[in-house]
Amino acid sequence: MNKTIEDHSKAASVFLQDEQRATWHDETLWFVRAKRDKAAHQLPEWEALRDLASQIKDHTLSRLDEYLVQFETKANENGVTVHWANDADEHNRIIHGILKKHNAKNVVKSKSMLTEECQLNHYLRDHDISVVDTDLGEYIVQLREEQPSHIVLPAIHLKKEDVSNTFHKHLNTEKGNKDEVYLTRSARKVLRQKFITADAAITGVNFAVAETGGFVVCTNEGNADLGAHANKIHIACMGFEKIIPKAEHLGVFLRLLTRSATGQPITTYSSHFHRPKEGQEMHIVIVNNGRANQLGRKDFKNSLKCIRCAACFNTCPVYRRSGGHSYHNSVAGPIGSILAPNLDMRKNADLPFASTLCGSCTNVCPVKINIHEQLWNWRQILMKEGYGGTAKKASMKVMATVLASPTIYSLSGKIGRGMMRIMPWSVNNKLNPWYKHRELPEPPKQSFTEWYKKKRKHE
Amino acid sequence: MSSREQILASIKQNRPTLTPLPDLQSFDVDIDLKSKFVETLTGIGGMCTIVNDFETVKDYLLEQQAKGLSVIQGVTELEGYNLNTYSHSHASNLETIDTVLINGHIAVAENGAIWVREKDILNRLIPFICQNLIIVIAQKDIVANMHKAYEKITIDEDGYGVFIAGPSKTADIEQSLVIGAHGPLSLKVFIVQQS
Repeated sequence: MNKTIEDHSKAASVFLQDEQRATWHDETLWFVRAKRDKAAHQLPEWEALRDLASQIKDHTLSRLDEYLVQFETKANENGVTVHWANDADEHNRIIHGILKKHNAKNVVKSKSMLTEECQLNHYLRDHDISVVDTDLGEYIVQLREEQPSHIVLPAIHLKKEDVSNTFHKHLNTEKGNKDEVYLTRSARKVLRQKFITADAAITGVNFAVAETGGFVVCTNEGNADLGAHANKIHIACMGFEKIIPKAEHLGVFLRLLTRSATGQPITTYSSHFHRPKEGQEMHIVIVNNGRANQLGRKDFKNSLKCIRCAACFNTCPVYRRSGGHSYHNSVAGPIGSILAPNLDMRKNADLPFASTLCGSCTNVCPVKINIHEQLWNWRQILMKEGYGGTAKKASMKVMATVLASPTIYSLSGKIGRGMMRIMPWSVNNKLNPWYKHRELPEPPKQSFTEWYKKKRKHE
Repeated sequence: MSSREQILASIKQNRPTLTPLPDLQSFDVDIDLKSKFVETLTGIGGMCTIVNDFETVKDYLLEQQAKGLSVIQGVTELEGYNLNTYSHSHASNLETIDTVLINGHIAVAENGAIWVREKDILNRLIPFICQNLIIVIAQKDIVANMHKAYEKITIDEDGYGVFIAGPSKTADIEQSLVIGAHGPLSLKVFIVQQS
């Protein structure tokens, strides 16, 4: 199990090789975080809204089964077919079944992290059904046969020249034309044809309302609506935690979601679907895939409150400097690092360690998930279960001994300061991972305790 | 046991202790709703014109038609209403439509969003597939925030309804904002003061 800890950090070091690009990634996401702050500060009730959102989600989780049944009953009355999938495979089989029944071969899909989690595209491709991801960022990464690196900004790991090359190769756009308007319009032209000629549309769900049996989908591009309205079959996929009790609660969540995500006051489109249009079939697939287990984990149930705004990604110093792909999970970033070990503890044991535990994620979370505490909690479990790796375990043991004894602590401080003064190369070298991308500070001549004792003597 | 039963049973078994559902507040503010709405909408890439009555909207509409542009006119207070002709049109026929005029139901000052009901558009594709969208709202229908908006609307009154805030847009290419993604390239709002 020695390899587990290194997975994220190894991938991150590959990401950091292109220093200029890594810096751009870091600064751009921090800029998005700053836009979030500006939007939040414009509302005096911002903190009250976060409290409300958190309480509504807490309550909903405590009566989730009842709200899901209420939602199902109302949706059925509305003429919508509700399906239940216990795992990713069942989710994929249900969707394939619907498409097969209608002999649908071409599907347009708007952003849905759940379908990424379930690897729906691969499944359908293996069954000769072609899926086009229609969110521009997702379309770009799909053409490149990559995964989204961010749940809101799927192609944030790419630069204009990458998109230009990809579009030149696949859409025959002018070679070297990096103009974002030209590239966006080129994709618009192709995707509009896809919407019109598809056989079925798949969308995600941002919020499902128990009292009305309807669901809300938020986009800026209009792709979810173009797909859903242009086609005779609309399948909406949702993790069961997307439920909220009442329509009035949408007011709270829609005020928080996009301000937290990009700093916009709201997405361009917040579409409320209740009944299929004339001649259309509408399906909703409610998915578990490990969520019920997470609900039963006292320390991690809060992660199910997440509304997928990605504010925790944009603020995270580790995410910004390691890129989404180094998380090897459909949802990256701090929240993904809590969700992933629940899905597969062995495969994702490295992720809770991809954090400085600085707590910035918790501070920006619109539904007040204690993200950094949950990361810490996972670490306790993973070390106990033996997923920590021997090096980590040994160094932790040394650290525990040092911190437990004041004498050893003070002595090792002295030695450390002395070493840094006399032999700075002993720490300022490439073998020390803490020296990467940083200059170590001048060591102080004395420790705080020494300074304090001396000062008291003089007084 | 079906998946449905399994899922519900395992949720019931794992659900946390009951916590209360909080009461909502409307966080109403005493501001000039019209100027806040205009400021917000302009900030998100929309255009806004305040007019006294429907006559000015009519003049604008005639201008567009004089340019030879294909226009769907769905504002009931104006002459030349032809929205019903397109209620069952297929996407391939709507793709060539240049401009669409529709009624908005409620407008929200804090975010520039306008609630559009299915009965205002008849065909759900229309406000998305057109190149340029125009929404006409009455000044009296502007509310301060989303809480006030949800007090006024019934989300399942029709089979579909949507808050539209500005033209379609994307920043998926290197975070550079492009107005006009897959939906309309522009959004213009007329606020009618007397109606």
